[in-house]
Amino acid sequence: MSEEVKKIKVTIDNISVEVPAGTTILQAARMIGGDVVPPAMCYYTKLEGSGGKCRTCLVEVSKGSEADPRPMPKLVASCRTGVMDGMEVKNITSPRVTDARNGVVEFLLLNHPLDCPVCDQAGECHLQDLGYEHGKAGTRYEFKRRTFDKHDLGPYIQLHMTRCILCYRCVFTADQLTEKRVHGVLSRGDHAEIATYIEKSLDNNFIGNVIDVCPVGALTDKTFRFKNRVWFTKPVTAHRECKCCSGKVTLWQRGEEVLRVTARKDQWGEVEEWICNECRFEKKKTSDWVIEGPAHVNRHSVISQGHYEKVVKPTETFKAVHDGRDPQLLMDIHSVSEVNDPNVDLSAIAGPATGEVFKLTKKSS
Amino acid sequence: MAKKLLLEKAHVEGIRYFDVYRREGGYQAVEKALKMAPNDVVEEVKKSGLRGRGGAGFATGLKWSFLAKPEGVPRYLVCNADESEPGTFKDRYLMEFIPHLLIEGLVVASYALGSNRTYIYIRGEYAWIVAILEQAIAEAKQNGFLGKNILGTGFDCEIYVQRGAGAYICGEETALIESLEGKRGNPRIKPPFPAIKGLWGCPTVVNNVETLAAVVPIMNLGGEEYAKIGVGRSTGTKLISACGNINKPGVYEIDMTISVEEFIYSDEYCGGIANGKRLKACIPGGSSVPILPANLLLKTAKGETRYMNYESLSDGGFATGSMMGSGGFIVLDEDQCVVRHTLTLARFYRHESCGQCSPCREGTGWMEKILQKIENGDGVKTDIDLLWDIQRKIEGNTICPLGDAAAWPVAAAIRHFRDEFEWHVNNRELCRKQNYGLAHYADEIHVPA
Amino acid sequence: MVKFTEDKMKEVQSMIDRYPEGKQKSALIPLLHLAQQEFGGWLSAETMDYVASLLSIEPIEVYEVATFYSMFNLQPVGKHVFEVCQTGPCMLNGSDQIIDYIKQRLNIGVGETTADGMFTLKTVECLGACGYAPMMQLGMHYREHLTKTKVDEIIEECRNKQ
Repeated sequence: MSEEVKKIKVTIDNISVEVPAGTTILQAARMIGGDVVPPAMCYYTKLEGSGGKCRTCLVEVSKGSEADPRPMPKLVASCRTGVMDGMEVKNITSPRVTDARNGVVEFLLLNHPLDCPVCDQAGECHLQDLGYEHGKAGTRYEFKRRTFDKHDLGPYIQLHMTRCILCYRCVFTADQLTEKRVHGVLSRGDHAEIATYIEKSLDNNFIGNVIDVCPVGALTDKTFRFKNRVWFTKPVTAHRECKCCSGKVTLWQRGEEVLRVTARKDQWGEVEEWICNECRFEKKKTSDWVIEGPAHVNRHSVISQGHYEKVVKPTETFKAVHDGRDPQLLMDIHSVSEVNDPNVDLSAIAGPATGEVFKLTKKSS
Repeated sequence: MAKKLLLEKAHVEGIRYFDVYRREGGYQAVEKALKMAPNDVVEEVKKSGLRGRGGAGFATGLKWSFLAKPEGVPRYLVCNADESEPGTFKDRYLMEFIPHLLIEGLVVASYALGSNRTYIYIRGEYAWIVAILEQAIAEAKQNGFLGKNILGTGFDCEIYVQRGAGAYICGEETALIESLEGKRGNPRIKPPFPAIKGLWGCPTVVNNVETLAAVVPIMNLGGEEYAKIGVGRSTGTKLISACGNINKPGVYEIDMTISVEEFIYSDEYCGGIANGKRLKACIPGGSSVPILPANLLLKTAKGETRYMNYESLSDGGFATGSMMGSGGFIVLDEDQCVVRHTLTLARFYRHESCGQCSPCREGTGWMEKILQKIENGDGVKTDIDLLWDIQRKIEGNTICPLGDAAAWPVAAAIRHFRDEFEWHVNNRELCRKQNYGLAHYADEIHVPA
Repeated sequence: MVKFTEDKMKEVQSMIDRYPEGKQKSALIPLLHLAQQEFGGWLSAETMDYVASLLSIEPIEVYEVATFYSMFNLQPVGKHVFEVCQTGPCMLNGSDQIIDYIKQRLNIGVGETTADGMFTLKTVECLGACGYAPMMQLGMHYREHLTKTKVDEIIEECRNKQ
């Protein structure tokens, strides 16, 4: 018999949930779902060691645990803090958290180029979402934004270092999916940048996944570059027999054309199964794939525009939702409008039609 | 003359060499400790009330007792000699003049903690001190105080010196461990703490040079006797490195019962402000702790004399007090510009930020740019409020304390010298040519009854 | 081609021996110091790759570290590098004037090297000599209590060394 994992109780924004011991606050919040889930820009469930860096998921622990109820003095990174039995956490109910998160968003955007109109990530960019939900409209930064030398990483991956928020996800991906470590972060502080030696690892069949884990437009698919805006493309789930990966992907189509192939992502924007470079970059024909159906798109996403997946016709009558009132909003336009009277033959009127003419015609009919 | 425990023999001719050090009573602490059970040594340190001398002031004995001791897993002691906090140069002095004191303390501590391999992580720039320490280690080994089967007790211990390569952040204990593992000095996300998972994943204690050296007098005197020196929870002696605009900059050992005023003006210590000028401000515990204007430095907000110890220096919290920190005592005279000084510190922290977490990576550079703007005479009044808001959003929200260290000097400068900042933005032409001066910063403060 | 002499290789081995088996990566920073000293005062990509091979680690692990620490030069530098501290306590004691004076004497800006390849001027952050300010690091040693006269003497001394 397998050992039963101990369940412990944690309360986040006054909502309680029972979770297995060893769960992080962020994971517990995701189990609850909805608005209490802190945003995460660097944490990635599938990447060991990720998290703790971006500070967007900071939360307030107002009660440490049942055994030690003292609150934690500082806000903690929910992605790297384990829950304790009886812990009470405040996320959206804490003004301290809101204030700090506001600051983090401002810091992340400080040197970000805001070139969304020409960025391929726009529409599926986590920093855009974060800025929209937690940021302010203006900027208080009046200095020149940081820039980096341009580097060409070859035919598949496009690097825009200026957009990078140093989440380290690509470093962990390259490290954990490839046998040899070839990718890392160079320099220090505000000049730190992701290594361009990544190009040396392009012979690795899984390196394309760095595109999917990048929360911003720092690493994008060069084969899709400037081809289209993501919200004009239609995501469908598809699969193929692949020797090296699961072959389960999302195709991004325009008409019958496959513009882009990505891994499938879950509701938190995380890759479900890693895919190989061949599937991602080489299979750009619909005939390469077995189409399963339209991919689910979160209805809050800009990509959902034009996708009427799972649309349900309401069953309630107009009267029912208006507490029994049945307003006469719908009327027969023919009976109220003289101009639209079907009995009037407009072409029969000589010269410009005036109200008088209508009255006359009506009478005569 | 105050009691000295660490530097008393520092100027005996040839004390750098084993023979002289031994003749002067050296290595008795090792002889004493190795006859005791390791846990009793820890208890002795607990009784002494010794607090970490690196800056945080955490109780050393308590820290040692947190060390996990899983079966079959090595434990490590690492000496933090990465002294990099601006204003602090005490460890360098100790290692340079009386290296055997540190080695002796390290042997005792290694025995207490069960570390058979102990590392001294020293900042890369102190290259010549590496040679001094290695010489001392070799001598101690030759004389049976290090190496295999020390004094026939069966305890083995090797000490190695590891040079850093220029990174303030490696003074943070987990960054130091990363660096010692041959990696970038990125602080780790805690928990787990080093006492559970430190160097190479093993339980590790990281202590400052002065802390480990203090273990020697604690063993020699006994913990209880050591605790009688000093006052309150500030037991023993503390090394203060004094610098800035004073007549006698240098390293002083104080017993934490003297007043700040005495420390600055007596000839035994700083010898007063240089060039006959007047005291304007002081950062009493290394650049990251709050700067205080002369009036709040010498007296607390309650009007009481301020003393050179942990409790008194922090009296009033950050609103009207500061911290003992690492003991880096930086004095500013009446002609110094607080904005300019704060700018150099902001530049320092920007330069030293590891870049891992966003508030520190982005915020430190932003603060530096705004301070530069104000200092250049291009500032506007809202810049001051903006600065305040930025530091507030960095503080407490970063992975490691470097964020706080960068935020506090800016916060304190604005808190106490706001009118100097305002003078800069209101007198843009003038501030390029002259400084605000002493202003009212030394005036008697009104103490509410 | 970069390669340590046999003597230096013994030093390398003794550095690696300071760590438990399999933890040889810990010797990276000491080895980079040695390599920089032996191979022209800076770390070329070739040198870094060589160090990686000595420790059986990947080159990227060396690049990551070499670019993090400020003491490693990733570009060639002059024969004598003046690293002048400019942080708070040194500033209070006139480091700005010393930096200006060196600029004027050597006719170079910060981060530049003289045309003859003799001198490089760098500004650095606190080196732990605050009580002996202003100061600079020159090679393995500190030069403290700097004045204009002292700077002149140091420049002279360096010129005479060659």
